[in-house]
Amino acid sequence: MAREIGWERNVDPVGIWEHRGKVALVGRGHSTTDRRWDGVSMDKTLGAYAMVAAQAAMEDAGISPDEVDGVITSAGGQPGHRSFGEQWAPRPYFDPPYDTEDGLTFVTAEWLSRQLGLRNVKYLNSHGETFWNLMGLAFQAVGDGRCEVCLVPYPNGNLEGRYHQAEGLSAPGAAQWSSPWGWGLSGQGFVFDQYCRKYGSNHDRMAPFVVQERKNGLLWPHSYYALHEPEPFTEEDYVNGRWIAKGLSIFDCDRPVQAAACYVVTTAERARDMRQKPVYVLDHTEGMFQPRSLVQTLEESEEWSDILAKRAYAGSGLRPGDIDLFSPYDGFAINAQYFLEAFGWRGVKRGEAHDFYAGDISLHGPNPLNSGGGNMGTGRMRTAFVTDPMEQLQGRAGDRQVKVDANVAVTIGVLPGNACTLVFSTSPD
Amino acid sequence: MPRPIPIPDDLSRPFWDGCNERRLLVQYCTYCDRKQFPPEPDCRECGWHFHLTWIQTTGRGVIIGSSVTYDSRIVAWHDQQPYLNAVISLEEDPVIHFHSNLPGVPVHDVPVGAAVIVDFIEVTPGQLIPEWKLA
Repeated sequence: MAREIGWERNVDPVGIWEHRGKVALVGRGHSTTDRRWDGVSMDKTLGAYAMVAAQAAMEDAGISPDEVDGVITSAGGQPGHRSFGEQWAPRPYFDPPYDTEDGLTFVTAEWLSRQLGLRNVKYLNSHGETFWNLMGLAFQAVGDGRCEVCLVPYPNGNLEGRYHQAEGLSAPGAAQWSSPWGWGLSGQGFVFDQYCRKYGSNHDRMAPFVVQERKNGLLWPHSYYALHEPEPFTEEDYVNGRWIAKGLSIFDCDRPVQAAACYVVTTAERARDMRQKPVYVLDHTEGMFQPRSLVQTLEESEEWSDILAKRAYAGSGLRPGDIDLFSPYDGFAINAQYFLEAFGWRGVKRGEAHDFYAGDISLHGPNPLNSGGGNMGTGRMRTAFVTDPMEQLQGRAGDRQVKVDANVAVTIGVLPGNACTLVFSTSPD
Repeated sequence: MPRPIPIPDDLSRPFWDGCNERRLLVQYCTYCDRKQFPPEPDCRECGWHFHLTWIQTTGRGVIIGSSVTYDSRIVAWHDQQPYLNAVISLEEDPVIHFHSNLPGVPVHDVPVGAAVIVDFIEVTPGQLIPEWKLA
């Protein structure tokens, strides 16, 4: 099916979303979470995990496969429709349905729909890009009436070895401007260094945030850490993390994992008849920016996140004080502060994020930041950013249930240069 | 040290040719009176290519920040770790940035705010790239 063009809400003034409160999240399902796929276990492929997640989501919502009329996914889980699997493909393939990359490290809506035996699907779309944009696309599609009961899987895979490793001495294309000087993740460290210089902070002051995220993530049964590394993570661990590029340590980088989640998105009207309490979607807004020159600067990170925050407030009709739960993307952890300060959640202004981290951001305190644990607490699943707000607003977050009255939740990701904001509420109004 | 070698393309060739003449060039839109680097097919301001040309810069800049890379994604750089990555802002137009490894500057003692001037180093016979040194 053709790729959607121009569905994003990214032109100011965006105005209140035309489908505000008329679209709802009603079910979620998760596969287990592995560190990597071994390349041979057919019951652990990304496709197999997407099927497990989809079936769990339908069960959660109390619907049958025959009720599903749309599947919207991000086949490779990455921006630009890329898949980490491209780094390993092509490879020897297997018997159907694993006779191509589709189903192994890349899961299209077409593949999943066929494997699940969905007979009444009228809308398929595999171009959801990163997780927040995928959800925004699905909310818009359901609001626009392209489908009414939609499965929204998000597969995100990892195989053996390191990816993003550039071999050789040839630097063509964009690499000609960076590789001769060895520039890469130094960009993250550079902006963080600018932040610390401007506001008088230092990297150690990130520790309370990342440690709290790990605590939260350990309370989520699908988290990579809850499943595989349940040991406590301390501030001492954090400050002793090895540098990747100064300003960015190994503990600011999310752990790549192999996992899939799936959501059921439907109209507010249909949601009333389903098993779970609906979580209403009040808004989605998007934004993509380009550095003025060779590198992204702190000035641009702040300018872009300010635009995104203003757009989200304009699109949802909310003010900072209306947000009970705020979940800014944290992979890399040192980016969360730009969103937190831009949105002014709990009154946090520019340069104050690290002071805020030093206060009570625990689940049971007044400021439960990233109550799902983010990527630092769960691995690079990204899906805690929707599953947790959903469960918090439904009152079924278990040990993670926050003590504040949780009625409105906002999440934003991925990075300041390319992000989507999602706004959820217990009420359609 | 062998390091990645830039591969010029149609868009970037004037820049790399300029480096080989020890001239630091950036794109310039004569209509918008605006510099642009790295080069793009069109001026980002007016959206057209008609008025895009190349001009020589002063080659003077300021260090606006840095990082130190310990675990590079670029394999050719692994032998040099940890190495310095600085960002240089062009004196006459601070929006324009360049990369530098600031040869000779201690990696953990970078004088942010200090003035620098462009130099050129050979990465392979026949190809110079811009580097920067303290003014």
